[in-house]
Amino acid sequence: MINVNKLKEDFPIFNRKINNKEMIYLDSAATSMRPKQVINKIKEFYEKYNSNIHRGLYTLSEEATELYEKTREKVANFINADKEEIIFTKNATESINYAVFGYFSKILKKNDVLLLTEMEHNSNVVPWKLLSKKIGFKIGYLSVNDSKINLKELQYKLKNKKVKVLSITHASNVLGTINPIKEISKLCKKYNVKLLVDGAQAIPHIKVDVKELGCDFYAFSGHKMLGPLGVGILYIKKDFSKDLTPFISGGGTVLEVTKETLKFKEDHERFEGGTPNVADVVAFSSAIDYLNKIGMNNIKRYDEELTKYALQKLNKINDIKIYNNNFNNRLGVIAFNLKNIHAHDVASILDEDGICVRASHHCSMILHKKLGINGSVRASFYIYNTKKDIDRLVNGLLKVQKVFRE
Amino acid sequence: MSMYRQNILEHCKNPNNFGNLFSYNIKTHSHNPSCGDEIEIKLKVEKNKIKDAKFQAKGCAISLASADILLDNIKDKSLNEIKKLNEKDLLRFLEVEINPARMSCALLALNALRKIK
Repeated sequence: MINVNKLKEDFPIFNRKINNKEMIYLDSAATSMRPKQVINKIKEFYEKYNSNIHRGLYTLSEEATELYEKTREKVANFINADKEEIIFTKNATESINYAVFGYFSKILKKNDVLLLTEMEHNSNVVPWKLLSKKIGFKIGYLSVNDSKINLKELQYKLKNKKVKVLSITHASNVLGTINPIKEISKLCKKYNVKLLVDGAQAIPHIKVDVKELGCDFYAFSGHKMLGPLGVGILYIKKDFSKDLTPFISGGGTVLEVTKETLKFKEDHERFEGGTPNVADVVAFSSAIDYLNKIGMNNIKRYDEELTKYALQKLNKINDIKIYNNNFNNRLGVIAFNLKNIHAHDVASILDEDGICVRASHHCSMILHKKLGINGSVRASFYIYNTKKDIDRLVNGLLKVQKVFRE
Repeated sequence: MSMYRQNILEHCKNPNNFGNLFSYNIKTHSHNPSCGDEIEIKLKVEKNKIKDAKFQAKGCAISLASADILLDNIKDKSLNEIKKLNEKDLLRFLEVEINPARMSCALLALNALRKIK
């Protein structure tokens, strides 16, 4: 069980007001808030351990290095990987770019096909499009109907021997749909197709075990799961990392550089060129501690409880169109529109009452085109949200309708 | 202060200048790809003066009201005058503060006018 009122005290930001109203934050799919344990850790790092890592032969640097590497271990444990399989980046987008340009740029050839889905975030579309322009491979899209992809369509498409890679989100940042990665990875293995999973939305809410999922790459960011901004993670399966080019190379990645030669380090350090975001990585370990203490199963259960409540309440509003009304296999992410009222206007009027929602295409332009709309309003929940927040949202939406009716 | 003051809502719900102009000599267009909002403005210019102006658009209340108010304010002005209009002038016409995140909505119609060569 989650005691939200007690837990909320850990998040200093909820003390502030927006337009003199209590702040109701419903945009955790964009970024989560951070508990004081994480914020304090950043401060502690700069006050006690600040130094560059992997370089100094002095206590301070050794301690900082240890904290940084311990976090790698913690992240690895969190997703049931080995620490050599974890690369720190600056966000999930950079993680995907790393895989695309550091690995798949060598794998994909002109006549190959890459599969995406219609529910991908632009971050899992744009890098591939860029690479496709360079190499010439084709991009196919699994269709989204009733907010879901269809495994039969996937199987049918995988039978095409030209398909070499599937890159798919674990959960949609618009529809909230959780994709059945375990089943998908089984199919990919059967047809010898490599699998990259964009985990940015899913991992804050559900237990992720990369071995159980069976994916080859898993990209996510720390800032949607209580961690600081500026920390991304790329999990890369051990057998693959030998073929990963150090895409961000430079200082810290090499054993030896001469005018004639270049020799990279053997371990994961070769992938993280330059001084990393040490303080934020170290503080990310406190976010993982925080999540572990609550328990990912409890988090998932609470997420489902809030989502069910929200769907029931929102559906009572007249002239609302909710883009995924399924209760099951989904996250606390709900996209909707009010009839004849632009999503921007909805968000701006809610903001007047201190309610923070997102209004746009949420970087999922292909999905919005499929839905036949330019944008939607999105409310997304996390562990600090309450049913009262949802009631405030519903009342706010009724007020929006009133503004435009009068 | 709310952006959705009475005059904004009034112009959005009952615009003076929404519609098609059959006799016109200038047509201009603007599009905001990030939200999909679009506007087309037609102007009837006689002796270098704006005699009539109409717009057709799909967009939010701010972009629609802003377009309507802008067109109210350009009638009988010279082409040269409207080419010089800037953000400051627009905000003066609107008589309300626009949040920074919504400026691109408010500017949709002005951006269309700015395209007139």
